[in-house]
Amino acid sequence: MSLPSTELEGPPAFEPWGRYPKYNARIVPLHWRGDFPAVTDKIHDSALPVGMGRSYGDVCLLKDGILLLTTGMNRLIDFDPETGLLTAEAGITLAQILDFAVPKGFFLPVTPGTKYVTLGGAIANDIHGKNHHVAGTFGCHITRFELVRSDGSRMICSPTENPDYYAATIGGLGLTGVITWATLQMKPIVSRLIDYEGIQFHGIDEFLDLTEQSKNIEYTVSWVDVTSTGKNFARGVFMQGDHSSKRDELKPSPKPKLVFPFDAPGFALNSLSVSMFNTVFFHKQIHKRVVALQDYEPFFYPLDKVLHWNRMYGKSGLLQFQYVIPWEHAKEGTAAILREVAKSGLASFLAVLKAFGDVPSPGMMSFPKPGITLALDFPIKPEKSFPLFARLADMTREFGGRLYPAKDAAMTAAQYQAFYPQWQRFARFRDPMLTSSFWERVTGDQPSI
Amino acid sequence: MSATPQNATPRRILVLGATSGIAEATCRIWASQGASLFLVARNAEKLAAVAADLKVRGASYVGTAVADLDDTDSHPALLAHAVNSLAGMDIAYLAHGILGDQISAEQDFNTAAQIVHTNFMAPVSLLTWLSNYCVQRRSGVLAVLSSVAGDRGRKSNYVYGSSKAGLSAFLAGLRNRIDREGVTVLTIKPGPTRTAMTAGMPKSEKFADVDAVAESIVKAIDGRKDELYVPFQWLPIMFVVRSIPERIFKKLNL
Repeated sequence: MSLPSTELEGPPAFEPWGRYPKYNARIVPLHWRGDFPAVTDKIHDSALPVGMGRSYGDVCLLKDGILLLTTGMNRLIDFDPETGLLTAEAGITLAQILDFAVPKGFFLPVTPGTKYVTLGGAIANDIHGKNHHVAGTFGCHITRFELVRSDGSRMICSPTENPDYYAATIGGLGLTGVITWATLQMKPIVSRLIDYEGIQFHGIDEFLDLTEQSKNIEYTVSWVDVTSTGKNFARGVFMQGDHSSKRDELKPSPKPKLVFPFDAPGFALNSLSVSMFNTVFFHKQIHKRVVALQDYEPFFYPLDKVLHWNRMYGKSGLLQFQYVIPWEHAKEGTAAILREVAKSGLASFLAVLKAFGDVPSPGMMSFPKPGITLALDFPIKPEKSFPLFARLADMTREFGGRLYPAKDAAMTAAQYQAFYPQWQRFARFRDPMLTSSFWERVTGDQPSI
Repeated sequence: MSATPQNATPRRILVLGATSGIAEATCRIWASQGASLFLVARNAEKLAAVAADLKVRGASYVGTAVADLDDTDSHPALLAHAVNSLAGMDIAYLAHGILGDQISAEQDFNTAAQIVHTNFMAPVSLLTWLSNYCVQRRSGVLAVLSSVAGDRGRKSNYVYGSSKAGLSAFLAGLRNRIDREGVTVLTIKPGPTRTAMTAGMPKSEKFADVDAVAESIVKAIDGRKDELYVPFQWLPIMFVVRSIPERIFKKLNL
């Protein structure tokens, strides 16, 4: 199988984080809440609102269409230090929110593994974090937002106002309209520090035991070695933490200084270098248990320290694969998929394992549900990665799970429609002007790769 | 960043063209330091959005006036009202301006005249009032956005460039006159910066980050500098550009 041709000359104007696929598109920036739909008055192409391009695949792409870049629409609108309710324009990044809120003693209610995503993008993908088991998804903490449709109509959406559009827009991949502002329920903190504990585990049973023991701890996540087999199969480090309750100085974060400077050559990442990395990571934690006080930056955003770290994967880019499998089959499904990945010999640096909790998301199309989720990174090797992805997606489906659109560039229309059987109900809320390359791919309008 | 101590009197800053990208980014820094701001811009809706943001970020006071600064007759009343609202003025920041359409300006004098009026005539009117206000009090900073494009006329934007060249020359002369009266005049020459004005221009992703530009401007004002090229590499670049002999320069495609 070869990469599909995209007839692209020169680098694309907008790339997803996985740098695949690469499509032409025209960028139209939105700077003000009144810009849309006026800026597209004389344009008849389809459009898609986008933010920081941190989703891995084509949910943030629209081949030969218009990308409405929202990052200039990043103003604060209101903040109430009594209630912690923050209202801001949708193009603000979580990093900008933290810069403002942390010195005032407030933190994000839910954060993903990077702070370089927009508020609008966090809603549209209904992102989750290390506290899913206690806090649910990001959408659970969005009390209201404004949705602007291409016909110029403006809707306030909340659980009680336009509740159907509220549900469709959370996790709605930017297809229901442009979110201009949103209100987020922040949570109080008294310190930047996290009471951290790292615990080695061997095998999924030990992981599940640790998960059970830590269900009252706010943040839990595990790194798992997917290159080892035999007695080291599914070894990993279980990481947990709570915001420190000891009062401490609440300074803003320093700006990151490291930038991955060039595209690494394709041979830089191979199975040997990755398994060495994994062994070092595992044994870096020499003791079975490590307890520490850690700043929230390295705890939540270890990779944000190096801007453009995705260049490590070279120009051809990377693919992510993230599933959730419900508890009924979570253990056998995870073991089977880990074995399949180890057998394939396709390297994965970061394999992140977590148990989702049962807090329901308000989103109609949200990805998380109770069970085990695993996220894997792969460098793109067309001959091998796509067949492996097809196998893993089929296995996920057999175990009753589903894949995360924000991480995907490969699932077929049939797989998507099995994962999200409610997609036709959702399609009724889509704005007729808005679409994405992902949506065209998984609803069968375009041939799948 | 030199933050004003919380107990000090907040600095009083008048911002003309407050919804421009560079001005807004600069005001965010001042707001987080607790400054008092008076904002003037043409579009009421945009001005309200910017004012709300600055208030949330910690500005001690945010006053606004909707005005078209092309209307020079209205300047004295507008400026008097602004200075009254702020109960004085420590810094005036002139940030309004238009890029204009070079191609159309080559054919149509009215387009060219509009660019020159907005970027040169209007600031001259504002600065005449403001400089005399500051001289009377023997204090104040007048920080004005000019452009590297004013350092030498180029075929791609010489109408805009010449309006900024005129402005830079006016500021140099004004500084020469009033620096000895205790008034600082800062000429700010930003290179291409990612803002709404430059959105969609080719290679705009390579332009300077607006927050970094704003931080340099705040520092230059605090340091009472005379001239600021920002980012700093534009200083040697423009030195070279100015040094090229005209007989060679006229053949270049710049």
